[in-house]
Amino acid sequence: MIAAIGLAIGILVGVLVQPTVPVWMQPYLPIAVVAALDAVFGGLRALLDGIFDDQVFVVSFLFNVVVAALIVFLGDQLGVGSQLSTGVVVVFGVRIFSNAAAIRRHLFKA
Amino acid sequence: MPSGPASGARRTTPPTGRERLLTALSRPRLTRGQVVASVLCGLLGFAAVVQVRSTQESGLSGLRTSELVAVLDDVSERSQRLQVEARELELARQELRSGTQSERAAIEEAEKRAEVLGILAGTVPAAGPGVEITIPDPTGDVPAEVLLDAVQELRDAGGEVIQLGPVRVVAQTSFVDDDGVLVVDGQRIAPPYQLDVIGDPATLASSLAIPGGVEERLQQDYDVQLRVERRDRVEITAVRPLATPTIARPAPEATPTPPS
Repeated sequence: MIAAIGLAIGILVGVLVQPTVPVWMQPYLPIAVVAALDAVFGGLRALLDGIFDDQVFVVSFLFNVVVAALIVFLGDQLGVGSQLSTGVVVVFGVRIFSNAAAIRRHLFKA
Repeated sequence: MPSGPASGARRTTPPTGRERLLTALSRPRLTRGQVVASVLCGLLGFAAVVQVRSTQESGLSGLRTSELVAVLDDVSERSQRLQVEARELELARQELRSGTQSERAAIEEAEKRAEVLGILAGTVPAAGPGVEITIPDPTGDVPAEVLLDAVQELRDAGGEVIQLGPVRVVAQTSFVDDDGVLVVDGQRIAPPYQLDVIGDPATLASSLAIPGGVEERLQQDYDVQLRVERRDRVEITAVRPLATPTIARPAPEATPTPPS
């Protein structure tokens, strides 16, 4: 519950403050957002499965974000930046979809 | 299906996902873990909004090197294609323009020729500096040949267009005496005879006054004094109908030369 409130507050602050993204962060921010989104969906599914743990959620959130950024950074250094970035986004997309499917089964029994 | 956890009673089936969600939403628990989770969600919301905004605004500055190279390649290729097209269009425009220009020049040339030929043939009116000559003939003795002489003299003195009375005088004009009356090109002209001539006024005036010239002849033989008035502008309005030759044809020439 509080998490949902936190999300809403974050969105509101983002709309009001309108900061500009520093240049060094620009390639990593979208990947980080997708990774965090995957963690959130995973947490939601865990909640519906009854196995939600705050600590697990926080750790998976941070881990996802850091690893995703690291992979993209490594890819840029190796010269395959755009390909690896695409790969990371695809994998997270797949995970989000599978979590969403589980959530759907819980909520709509279908 | 049990509707929810009843206090003290034992559940027979585990709660469904929906129930769990409703439970979580309805009872906010203020544990440290929950607060941290909420902070992270806040960060996620914030970052998502910022990223969306940045994508809308950034355009090129947010791209990687390889992506920028691809964009540059694409733009260079397009620019090259457009340059080739622009050159072709310019060539076409030059061709069209020069075509129109040469056409216009040819039309202007033809119009000028037509004007000059018309003036000479007597088919168009003309105007310019010249002289007005009046020859009174009270007794009607002045023959046609004197008028013809006068016309010849004036022509020799540079008279370009000549009008005698109402008649435009050209090379084919006939001067005949018919029972003491002057007939020019079939028209009877009564004295005083008025000659309008376009040319250099000084030269024309002096041409008649030379010793042995028309003025002297008129004075000595017929006791007639002609009057010459120089004018800045003589308007010659008489025209002749254009006679189209029915038998003669123009001989083919290599390049058209304007009549001198």
